[in-house]
Amino acid sequence: MAVTGAVLVLFLVGHMLGNLKIFLGADSFNHYADWLRTVGSPALPDRTLLTITEIALVLAVALHMWAAVSLARRAAKARPVKYAAKRKSQASGYATHTMRWGGVIIVLFVIWHLLDMTFGTVNPGGGDATPYDRMIAGFQPGRWWVGLFYLVAMVMVGLHLRHGLWSAFQSLGLTRRPRVRNALRVGAAVVSAVLVIGFVAAPVCIMIGVVK
Amino acid sequence: MNLTLKIWRQSGSSDKGRMVTYRVEDVSPDMSFLEMLDVLNERLILEGDDPVAFDHDCREGICGMCGMVINGVAHGEQRATTTCQLHMRHFEDGAVITIEPWRAAPFPVIKDLVVDRSSFDRIIQAGGFVSVPAGSAPDAHAMPVPKEDADAAFDAATCIGCGACVAACPNGSASLFTAAKITHLGLLPQGQPERDSRARAMVEQMDAEGFGGCTNTGECTAVCPKGIPFDTIAQMNADYLRSASS
Repeated sequence: MAVTGAVLVLFLVGHMLGNLKIFLGADSFNHYADWLRTVGSPALPDRTLLTITEIALVLAVALHMWAAVSLARRAAKARPVKYAAKRKSQASGYATHTMRWGGVIIVLFVIWHLLDMTFGTVNPGGGDATPYDRMIAGFQPGRWWVGLFYLVAMVMVGLHLRHGLWSAFQSLGLTRRPRVRNALRVGAAVVSAVLVIGFVAAPVCIMIGVVK
Repeated sequence: MNLTLKIWRQSGSSDKGRMVTYRVEDVSPDMSFLEMLDVLNERLILEGDDPVAFDHDCREGICGMCGMVINGVAHGEQRATTTCQLHMRHFEDGAVITIEPWRAAPFPVIKDLVVDRSSFDRIIQAGGFVSVPAGSAPDAHAMPVPKEDADAAFDAATCIGCGACVAACPNGSASLFTAAKITHLGLLPQGQPERDSRARAMVEQMDAEGFGGCTNTGECTAVCPKGIPFDTIAQMNADYLRSASS
């Protein structure tokens, strides 16, 4: 869970930084998208980095989900008889309660996101438009429901990361002492917040017309 | 105080069990939760009924015998308190209180609110000991222990093994209990020779007993009557990873 999660977090950081290039204009953004396909060229064939990343991501997502499902199944087996009274959570932490269903929402979002921005199937610009045009077309104010879905999904990602990052530190045994533990807890929250803000910045700015 | 109790009744391990409603009248707010159940049981005995079975021993919060899930919370909503130290003044007159046993496959119900916690004993047997002759308490300056380690080991050593962590965990994990024992022994000089094998053996026994996996929800430490720190689970994971890589 922790290791596959770490792979996905690293990807998110790169993805967010790439997204922010939208603020540098169409040329910069399109050039970056093009560069991703031609890294190492001509020594390496086109799409080398992209293909490796895609394989790593698919593997990480699959193993992450497998780990989550095994944990849930073990949990169900460990408590065959449920409590009659509604279990009242005593620990603070809304994020913790969103991990399983939040994860499912994120998977659905990723499917939509790929159809929208990668394949262009559900994008008004279509698959042939430049990445920049696809992004602008996707978040037009008339398609506010798409933007809203993105915002909700990003908040889910933020909550998922907040517990996920912290939980990974705990699982790897890094949070043994109060000072380190508190630093990592704050660190997990800050990284999650920065990623969410970085990801929602582009859609919000397009929707309110700052980026055209 | 007058109370309505909904209590899990199960005559034995082969019985399916059911919730039964009882009314208890004239409960003093100064009674402990167990004394309130004593009042109910005395009446049940006089009426020729079977009294409600529950575990208890010291009734001063140090033995780890008592424990029941009260209104969906292990040991009740009062923090850092065993059921025997929970007093009726924390409940309102006329309240409806649901009382259930710990629910976990490795804690099978023996009768009513009594569960079999032998699985905890087997986790201890797997490695929760030191093989060096530790003797009686050494002189304070005979074996120096860093203050930070001594404090953390002592905090972990206060675990009374009641099982509330398992009862509260949404995954039915015994991580906090196992981690408390691993931390308590692993941070002290006497526990060093078996530190790696202990962590591995105890974690493997915990999994073999059928407890769930830890997802770091923190419910365990929130209900723990001794407030065993969540950091102990990180210590267990660190020791386990170290033993796996050596």
